[in-house]
Amino acid sequence: MSASTLILLVLGLGLAGWLVARSRAAMFRNASENRRIASLPVYHAWYAALWIVVPTLLFALIWAPISEQLIIQHVLASPAAADLPAFGMQRETLLSEARNVATGATSGVFNQEAAALVEPFEEALFRYRIVGFIVTLLVAAAGAAYAFLRLKPDFRARTQVERAVLSTLLLASLVAILTTLGILVSLVFETVRFFGMVSPIDFLFGTNWSPDPMSSASNPDGSRYGAIPLFWGTLFIGAIIAMIVAIPLGMMSAIYLNQYAPPRVRTWVKPALEILAGVPTVVYGYFAALTIAPAIRDMALSLGVSNPSSESALAAGLVMGVMIIPFVSSMADDSIAAVPQAMKDGSLAMGATQNETIKRVLVPAALPGIVAGIMLAISRAIGETMIVVMAASFAANLSANPLEAMTTVTVQIVALLTGEGSFDHPATLAAFALGFVLFMVTLVLNIIALRVVKRFREAYE
Amino acid sequence: MVMSETADSPLANQAQKSLESENIETGEPKMRARDVDVYYGSKQAIDGVNIDVYTEFVTAFIGPSGCGKSTFLRALNRMNDTIPSARVTGTIELDGDDIYASGMDVVQLRARVGMVFQKPNPFPKSIYDNIAYGPKIHGLAESKSDLDEVVEKSLRRAGLWEEVKDRLTDSGTALSGGQQQRLCIARAIAVDPEVILMDEPCSALDPIATAKIEELIDELRGRYGIVIVTHSMQQAARVSQRTAFFHLGNLVEYGHTSDIFTNPVEKRTQDYITGRYG
Ligand SMILES: Nc1ncnc2c1ncn2[C@@H]1O[C@H](COP(=O)(O)OP(=O)(O)OP(=O)(O)O)[C@@H](O)[C@H]1O
Ligand SMILES: [Mg+2]
Repeated sequence: MSASTLILLVLGLGLAGWLVARSRAAMFRNASENRRIASLPVYHAWYAALWIVVPTLLFALIWAPISEQLIIQHVLASPAAADLPAFGMQRETLLSEARNVATGATSGVFNQEAAALVEPFEEALFRYRIVGFIVTLLVAAAGAAYAFLRLKPDFRARTQVERAVLSTLLLASLVAILTTLGILVSLVFETVRFFGMVSPIDFLFGTNWSPDPMSSASNPDGSRYGAIPLFWGTLFIGAIIAMIVAIPLGMMSAIYLNQYAPPRVRTWVKPALEILAGVPTVVYGYFAALTIAPAIRDMALSLGVSNPSSESALAAGLVMGVMIIPFVSSMADDSIAAVPQAMKDGSLAMGATQNETIKRVLVPAALPGIVAGIMLAISRAIGETMIVVMAASFAANLSANPLEAMTTVTVQIVALLTGEGSFDHPATLAAFALGFVLFMVTLVLNIIALRVVKRFREAYE
Repeated sequence: MVMSETADSPLANQAQKSLESENIETGEPKMRARDVDVYYGSKQAIDGVNIDVYTEFVTAFIGPSGCGKSTFLRALNRMNDTIPSARVTGTIELDGDDIYASGMDVVQLRARVGMVFQKPNPFPKSIYDNIAYGPKIHGLAESKSDLDEVVEKSLRRAGLWEEVKDRLTDSGTALSGGQQQRLCIARAIAVDPEVILMDEPCSALDPIATAKIEELIDELRGRYGIVIVTHSMQQAARVSQRTAFFHLGNLVEYGHTSDIFTNPVEKRTQDYITGRYG
């Protein structure tokens, strides 16, 4: 009996409990004189079903690792296990091979030593399956008994069921939060290991970035881990060049769509803009690498720049800016639309033109929302990977010339993690330190943005 | 007799009082509306309204909800232009010029015919900037000191100066509702309009704030033509010298406030002011 049949069985039991409990509650209702019971029969039904299914599933969840342990113990206690090597790869290989044969996953053994272990494995598997099955049924029965004992005409099944639903919802939201925390903890852990090898001062303030995965891991050269060029490249491409493109274009399109566009234009252009946000970034990457970068190079050549780079910061930044336009414009659009019509009327009634009204009333009133949108866009841009991997270079350059090749934090993370180095080498661990810095920066940007938006909302309520 | 019944009411007494201030020689009307229709799409909201607005008098628009008071008021400074479906026909003149003529500059028109809304709508700027807004966009102030002067004068006229003179840099939205409404009046005054349209300016205010605004309207009379929409008969009787009663998009009766309240010609007016419907 496999896990899936067990689950089916439990669900079947739950369904049975559901039906029985419902008819029981219907009986209560028919028995009462005014057909009023504390909760509808369907809530009684769900109450019973939950009490059958949830404890059994919880048990199954706990039982899986426990039974695994018990099976291994049983096998090791058998006389055939005495010949096994005490530790190491070989022992594990033999055990898993025997297990695979026992469960039928593979048909024959490769190592003869494993053959002897097959039988104890089969024995143990069989025994603990039976145990698991019986205990599952017992748990289900206990749950059902508890639930049915409580079913009475005046039992508030609805409250109980709603509580269960509530905790499910809570759990679901906790998953996302816990995942984020987990990511953060693992990042911090690796980052601390990295800083055990390379001083944070070297990392945060050094200007030479050339990690060497082939160097000795125990005694790394801290001066090769200066991340300033990466931070600069990220800032220059994501927060400067991209924003020079995205802020004006995003703002202007938001203003046009919100204030000037006839409804027909708006219904077409707004979704079209939003589609921009849905284009996979790798496609933008092609576009940047194959179309924009060569064009910029040719332009630089014709302007007399000698030997321009084919992977300029400008190409990556421009395309990233286009990618970010929808973020800026939709936030700006929303915040301008959130400014009360009365504000606009007030300005128009003073004899202000539409243009003056937009410039002096709507945009200033919407500014917090617009700024928040820009911050979210920046955090999106500096975390963006695909475009820069494809269009920016791997060369760490500290330069203010947009025609030069530059690299970003995300590009270097990719480079370090896909490189040759082992996972205890600082050249690999540096990726986590970079990731951590990136995480912190985007986190702070997002928090500020959310706060600003919240304050802004309150202002109009 | 029905007439004497209304004549003895406190309403009528108030109207009687405002009659005293009315013995000014009437010149040309400031604004003149003739055969004005307003449509929202194909739905007619105003039907053939003729009315004159004088600088010397406060004109009150009364009538049941939905009868078109706001619609007509907004036609007077072309604020209906901001509603895509709205369409106005007939003629409305300001000092004899048709405001719907193609040569009319809406921006100039609205600078001359200002508006105060039902809900106070100060800009989310400082008190100072709220007042300075109009003068700045119309280039009315040469220098910073000119502007300061306009701001102070407007706030004084709106009776708000004493309350806010020490906090001009605070946000306009931080004021109380009544203060905000006087700020909006001050803002309208700051561009030195010729007519001020007020759409239920006191409906969001308590009686004390209302009394202040009414006092203010009384002081502004004669300097600006004032049109006020109100649901309060008492208010119409207290502040206005001319009253127009609207019903279902029609101007039912227009005349001296005292006459409307004591001696209405139309049965519908009579019914409305005695509270029989509306
Ligand atoms: N923007 C609009 N679009 C379509 N119809 C409108 C619009 N504004 C008002 N109307 C309609 O025009 C008619 C007159 O409305 P208006 O707002 O002028 O009434 P009002 O007398 O000011 O009422 P109230 O005393 O409730 O403010 C109403 O039937 C209303 O439904
Ligand atoms: Mg109205």
